[in-house]
Amino acid sequence: MGKKLESNFKNMVLVLFSVTLISSAAVAYVNSLTIASINKAKETKQANAIRQVIPGAFNNDPVADTWKVETPDGGTLEFFPAKQDGETVGTAVKTYTKNGFGGEVWLMVGFNPDGSISNYSVLEHKETPGLGSKMDQWFTKDGKGSIIGKKPGTTGLKVKKDGGDVDAITAATISSRAFLDAVNRASAALAGNADVYSGATPKATPDTTQAVCGKKATCDSLCNQNCKH
Amino acid sequence: MSNLSNLTRGLFKENPTFVLLLGMCPTLGVTTSAINGMGMGLATAFVLVMSNLVISLVANSIPDKIRIPSFIVIIAAFVTIVDMSMAAYLPSLHESLGLFIPLIVVNCIVLGRAEAFASKNGAFASMLDGLGMGLGFTMSLTILGCVRELLGSGKIFNLPVFNENYGMLVFVLAPGAFLALGYLIAFINRIRKTN
Amino acid sequence: MEYILIFIAAVFVNNIVLAQFLGICPFLGVSKKVSTALGMTGAVTFVMVLATLVTFIVQKTILDPFNIGFMQTITFILIIAALVQMVEIILKKVSPALYQALGVFLPLITTNCAVLGVAIMVIQKEFNLLESIVFAASIAIGFGLALTIFAGIREQLNLVNVPKGMQGSPIALVTAGLLAMAFMGFSGIV
Repeated sequence: MGKKLESNFKNMVLVLFSVTLISSAAVAYVNSLTIASINKAKETKQANAIRQVIPGAFNNDPVADTWKVETPDGGTLEFFPAKQDGETVGTAVKTYTKNGFGGEVWLMVGFNPDGSISNYSVLEHKETPGLGSKMDQWFTKDGKGSIIGKKPGTTGLKVKKDGGDVDAITAATISSRAFLDAVNRASAALAGNADVYSGATPKATPDTTQAVCGKKATCDSLCNQNCKH
Repeated sequence: MSNLSNLTRGLFKENPTFVLLLGMCPTLGVTTSAINGMGMGLATAFVLVMSNLVISLVANSIPDKIRIPSFIVIIAAFVTIVDMSMAAYLPSLHESLGLFIPLIVVNCIVLGRAEAFASKNGAFASMLDGLGMGLGFTMSLTILGCVRELLGSGKIFNLPVFNENYGMLVFVLAPGAFLALGYLIAFINRIRKTN
Repeated sequence: MEYILIFIAAVFVNNIVLAQFLGICPFLGVSKKVSTALGMTGAVTFVMVLATLVTFIVQKTILDPFNIGFMQTITFILIIAALVQMVEIILKKVSPALYQALGVFLPLITTNCAVLGVAIMVIQKEFNLLESIVFAASIAIGFGLALTIFAGIREQLNLVNVPKGMQGSPIALVTAGLLAMAFMGFSGIV
């Protein structure tokens, strides 16, 4: 083992500087290698969620035709229209609620052109494992509280306890209410946008995107990137 | 010291989790299932091996007074590399481990081994030490993950063991982490004493 | 109102130690006496708020504009390490009494994952500056609360006849488990 380098000022600055420089360079290099895959993984996840909630075939790119709507409480809903030869066959809505037992819950909900629910997929939640977390199965077609085919319209779905017709998850009423809140939010926003059903091109609203980004909104990575550039 | 003992020390005699009680945060935080525990353990093991290797090579060129900050920067670089690689190629595991991946930086095991072993020993011995400690950590996390998953949701590595209505939820939740680890350590202490 | 919610959520519902498993090492390490627990709490609060403030500003003014978010971990840990050193030096000069009280805990804080954890969390949660400060302070108070209660229990535990195999860390962990269970009673109130 050689002798240790002396701890004088020049050595310390030089060594620390070069250690940091080399480390940063290494990290930057790996970043450039992985950034494409990371973004692709995110896109794939979103595309899979959309595909999962839209039952029929479609031949457009729903992500390319997306538009956003701002909600009164400062969040954003994202709409992904699925079209077969220009005709809308369903719309996937990325929606959320803040009323979950463990905070926010994010869903992708698919709607048929008549406004009924075709399917849904839970994107993100922090509900209690084994209780609220059952929401990824509970409300599906084979689940005990199926919401598939129901039409929330603008009035919304409710759990039985609140006078509605949806079976809440056993011992997780709060999570169930939160789940339906997210679904209803999506449905109401979709119903308010009549353009979708008439098959017309949805309003592309770059201005909205910018406006939303400016606020402390829960934007997704795509939105963040728009802001940066 | 022989190579073999450098490797096996971390596995049993100085097991970082059960004996030294280091790196408790990820140990308790991510072991809700066996697969999460194993993923976290392997990520940490990779960082340990690489940082031990690099630090043993450069230790002599680093003046004593800035030893710790330099080590931390090197470790942080490897952690970021692991973080990005996992986000790219294992997105679902990356998501369930979440915040705990960047926090490998402050895992006492990594800095502890860099300081106590890698800065004083050669490259090969340091790598073996890192590998042993890393695998010991992985093993402990996997065992704890198995126990919690089995008791909490009746599965191991997502394969059902008990029927589906079974579940002592508390073991998947926060208190179960402390309880399971407490009893495991008591159990291991007992085995060690009788030997 | 929003700040009160952040406070309650950070102190009770998502207690950093008992629900999020950050800062376990000092939680188990320096919780044998109430007085040391209080000293640790003071040091952590100080560093956590300061570190969150600095890392937040660095993130918004350097990392975000230059699009180098991937440097986050390296940058933050360096800032925290430097801050801890600085606090130590300044404290030694300015207030030797306070240094006597907190000094021994300061070096331990660099490797307290709660500090780095909070710095990253406020960025992920997209808090603004004031919210971040309130959040950091609340997390620190939550940490202190858990630590102090735990230290109180452990002082009592010394007088109890614990089965041989459970002595030391096992009984401490089981106690922490029961404490975590008690804190679970807070879940859902925010």
